[in-house]
Amino acid sequence: MTERRAWRLMLALLALGFLMLPLSQALFGLRLTYTVRVVALGGSLLGALSGAVGCFAVLRRESLLGDALSHAALPGVAIGFLLAGRQLGALLVGAGIASWLGLRLVAAILRSTRIKQDAALGIVLVSFFAAGIALLTTIQSLPDASQAGLDSFIFGQAAAIIESDIALLGGIGLLVMVLLALFWKEFKLLTFDADFARADGLRSGLLDALLSTLVVITIVLGLQLAGVILMVGLLIAPAIAARQWTHSLEQMVLLAAALGAFAGGSGAVISALDSDIPTGPMIIVVAFALVLLSITLAPGRGLLWNQLRQRKNRRQLRSRRLESGA
Amino acid sequence: MPTAMPEPGEPALLIDDLTVAYDQKPAIWDIDLEVPRGALMAIVGPNGAGKSTLIKAALNLIPRAAGSVLFHGQPYQAARGMVGYVPQRGSVDWDFPTSVLDVVTMGLYGKLGWLRRPGRREREQALAALEQVDLLDYAGRQISQLSGGQQQRTFLARALVQDAQIYFMDEPFAAVDAITEAAIINILRELNKRGRTVLVVHHDLQTVAEYFDWLTLLNVEVIASGRTSQVFTLDNLQKTYGGRVSSLHSGQILTAGGGA
Repeated sequence: MTERRAWRLMLALLALGFLMLPLSQALFGLRLTYTVRVVALGGSLLGALSGAVGCFAVLRRESLLGDALSHAALPGVAIGFLLAGRQLGALLVGAGIASWLGLRLVAAILRSTRIKQDAALGIVLVSFFAAGIALLTTIQSLPDASQAGLDSFIFGQAAAIIESDIALLGGIGLLVMVLLALFWKEFKLLTFDADFARADGLRSGLLDALLSTLVVITIVLGLQLAGVILMVGLLIAPAIAARQWTHSLEQMVLLAAALGAFAGGSGAVISALDSDIPTGPMIIVVAFALVLLSITLAPGRGLLWNQLRQRKNRRQLRSRRLESGA
Repeated sequence: MPTAMPEPGEPALLIDDLTVAYDQKPAIWDIDLEVPRGALMAIVGPNGAGKSTLIKAALNLIPRAAGSVLFHGQPYQAARGMVGYVPQRGSVDWDFPTSVLDVVTMGLYGKLGWLRRPGRREREQALAALEQVDLLDYAGRQISQLSGGQQQRTFLARALVQDAQIYFMDEPFAAVDAITEAAIINILRELNKRGRTVLVVHHDLQTVAEYFDWLTLLNVEVIASGRTSQVFTLDNLQKTYGGRVSSLHSGQILTAGGGA
């Protein structure tokens, strides 16, 4: 059930992505500094990872859960700093723990109260984020100079990415992809029909936790680049765009990875053209431009396609009525 | 996963003292139910009677407040390979990006076990099941293009490849066309002929006696359970539906407010 147009689109995106750096160098006089390369590479890796993982979040209708989890990471960054100082590892572990606690809290609220899911997500998102802001503000007033720039986790600061971060992104990204491949059929069944999966003897609790953990890991890895507020955009936009072009989950995940990589890389390159354009938001803008293009143009599902089909149907009906002499 | 073997002599399903409560209000109360092997049983009752809850609790999909459930004498953990399930059609997103054949193949994932991918054998089994439900031509279709009846038959085919000893089907006849209804009842009879036990949540009183040889009337508690010929009486129906069943003569049953 794979569709050729989705493969073609994937190839085009990858080709365009690879040509992006030399092209923008030739056309716009982009200066290919070391930083630009590192940020573009980091953006692509993160985009690919969050595109693939985001497909499951979107299909499980957990887009907003992703948003709550990324906001919930903020107090973890602050506490990580207070405990271990400014080490990226400590900040990310803190973010991961806070985000994971947010996830458990949403589940606990849903299980033990009558509060509905949207309200539960709102509670966790706002309370964790507010706590994070309060902690960060307190930390800012500390006499220690090393806290400078900690607030970049709110909106993300791509320029802070260095070569060792790329290795981290690449390594963990690879691990996540391997896990997705190993448990592919289980994740697919769990996402499509969780009750059947459980009745059929699947360890659904374990797999559910694993899938959620992959989402949390992806979010945490993206915080430095996109920040807690915008990270969910990179998680869901490639998946939503990819869904428009294909009816196969395999293709959707691959295409979302390609779209995410393209958005991450090209957003970084565009923001490098002018020092006033922030990278994280630019990447999200590109990602949602891809969403807009996809829901407009994609054959079969796109809005433009629907319009054309409706017009054609109307014309056919009219001519048939004329023929029958009505 | 080792295939569970049925214990000889034990009933297909033995439910003892099963209670499920949502917010302290019992959804099903103190259910005792024994289903003999090879029974084709309808579970019938008004809205909110706990029919789906009973099935889900038996399959461990929702927490039980009390009670035990044995499949061929074994607890759920040991009996997993023996149990087949057809959930309500509306419980999944039919816009999920996958094909009909793929959904049917999902019924084989449990037998495949971890890390193994479905191959040619699984494909052939899935295609055979699709032929049984008369959907072979739709194997490659995207599932969002199916009609309600075709969706239901896809779910049925997925249950068929599970090759279970005891099947639980949640409202398979709800809002399907006549062709699908006939196809489903043919499959049920075929399963029955092969000695499988089938429990069906059903809500059309008109067809109960025609389709099912065993019947459980449920309204939070079990009102009556046994052979349809003995259980399907006006008196029992009135107890189940609270007096809203007005007549049972000439095969016509009238329930106020639409029955189900």
